[in-house]
Amino acid sequence: MTRGAAILPVAAMLAVALIAWKAIVVVGGLPVFILPPPEVVGARFVRAWTDGTIPPHFGATLQEVILGFLVGAGLALVIGYGLARSVLVGRLLSPYLVAAQATPILALAPLLALWFGAGLLSKVVICSLIVFFPVAVATMVGVRSVDANLLELGRSLRATRRQVVATLEIPAALPSILGGMRVGVTLAVVGAIVGEWAGADRGLGVLVNLARGSLFDIPLMFATLLTIALLGVVLYGLVVLTERRLVGPR
Amino acid sequence: MSGHLVIRDVAVDFARPRGRLDVLDGVDLEVQPGEVVALIGPNGSGKSTLLRVAAGLLTPRRGTVELDGRAIVEPDPAIGLVFQEPRLLPWRSVAANVAYPLELAGWPRPRRDARVAELLELIGLTGFAQARPSQLSGGMRQRVALARALALEPRVLLLDEPFSALDALTRERLNLELLELWGRTATSIVVVTHSIQEAIFLADRVAVLSSRPGRIVANLRVALPRPRALDALDAAAVSPLAVEIRRRLGEVAA
Repeated sequence: MTRGAAILPVAAMLAVALIAWKAIVVVGGLPVFILPPPEVVGARFVRAWTDGTIPPHFGATLQEVILGFLVGAGLALVIGYGLARSVLVGRLLSPYLVAAQATPILALAPLLALWFGAGLLSKVVICSLIVFFPVAVATMVGVRSVDANLLELGRSLRATRRQVVATLEIPAALPSILGGMRVGVTLAVVGAIVGEWAGADRGLGVLVNLARGSLFDIPLMFATLLTIALLGVVLYGLVVLTERRLVGPR
Repeated sequence: MSGHLVIRDVAVDFARPRGRLDVLDGVDLEVQPGEVVALIGPNGSGKSTLLRVAAGLLTPRRGTVELDGRAIVEPDPAIGLVFQEPRLLPWRSVAANVAYPLELAGWPRPRRDARVAELLELIGLTGFAQARPSQLSGGMRQRVALARALALEPRVLLLDEPFSALDALTRERLNLELLELWGRTATSIVVVTHSIQEAIFLADRVAVLSSRPGRIVANLRVALPRPRALDALDAAAVSPLAVEIRRRLGEVAA
C-alpha cells in the first residue's frame, strides 16, 4: 500500500467521527454548554493556541509528564530488573508494589499534593507513581524472557555481568520494556492532570477546571481536553518510533 | 600446534528430589593435538554433560580436564563450543553475531572487522554479513555458529550434535565443510553425535560412551584416509567398524 492509500481510511474514520459528533449535537438539539459542535471546538482550539491561553498551561503539563515519566520509568527499569533476577527482591517488594498500584491514584493525589506542595514536585511524584508499575512489570517479564541458552552462550564466552546485561538482557527485554512504556507514557498524562486537580496554579488540568468553572467557556474546556488527548497520542507515537528504531527486525 | 585435551576420571552427578543421579562416572578421554574424536553413546549417556565439563561450563564432582597442560575449571578462550542449536542473537546481524566473542573479549573495532570478514569468507557467507539470523536457513545458521566458535582461534573445538536438527542433505554437506575447516584451522575436535556413519566419516577415533552412569567403553580407531569425500560416508555406513560400533552400543544399551 502506498502512503497516500494508507492515510485514506484514517482520514475517512476521522470524518465519520466528526460527522457523528455533529449529528449528535444537531439531532439532540444540544446547547453549546453541554456539547459544543466540532467546528466550534476546532475554532476555539486554534484561538486558544494562538492567543496564548493554552501554551503556558501546556508547557507546565508537558514538563510534569516528561519528568514524571523519566523518573518513574527509570526507577521501574532498576526495580523491574531486581524483581526478575532476585527472588528475595520479589518477595520483599511485590506486595507493596501491587498494593500501591491497587490504591486509586485519585485518592492518593490530594495527600501527595499536601506532602510535596502545589508545585512541580507533587506532579512529578504522582506521574512517576502511575508510570512505575506497568514499566516495572514489563521490565521484569522482559528480563525473565531471556533465553537461558543465550545466557549459557554468554557464560561460555566469559561475558562479564555488565556484558550480559548490555548484550543479552537489555536487547532481549527491550520489546517488552517498550510495550510497558507505551502504556506508561499515556498514564503519565493522566497522572499530571490528576496531580493538577489536587492543587496547582498552572497546567492543562487547571485550565480544564477554569474553563468549566469560573470562565464557563465549555468550547475552551473541550479544546483543552483535545490538547491533552493529542499530547498523549504524540507521546505514544514517540515511544512507538523509538521502538522501531531500537528493536528493528528480528 | 597444540590442542592436547586430557579428561581424567571425570564424575558428574545431578541432585534429584530423591537422592542423586550419576551421569558420568570415571570418564577418561585424551584428544591428541589436531585429532578428531567422535563421542557416541545412547540417549542419556551424558555426552552433552561431558562436553560441558570439557568446556569448563560444569564443574565435575571428581576428575580433571587439562588443555595443553593447563587445568580447565572455567570457560576458556582456547576452547570453542558449538551447541545443538545455533544460539544466535536474533537482534544482531550475521556479522555482529560472529563478532560477538571478539567484542566480549575487548578486541578493537578494526581488528574485529578484519577477523569477521575472514571468518565469513571461511564459511562462505560473506554475502550475508548484514542478514538477520531469521533470514537464514538452518544450515546457514549453524555455519554462523561455527564461525563464531572459531572466532578466537580455539585450539579445541567442541561440538554438541551440531547438525542433528538439519535435514540429511544439509547435514552431509556441513560435515564435509567441517572437515575442510578442520583442515585449514588445525584445531582438535570433539564431536558428539548420534550417528555411527557421521562418527566414522568425521573422526580419527570413535569413543563409545556407556549408558548412565556414562563411561568410555570403547576407543575405536578409524582407518579411512584423508581427505575424505562424501562417498566415504556411504562406505562408512557398511564398514566393519560400523558393525563394531553398533555392537558396542548394543552392549551398553542392553
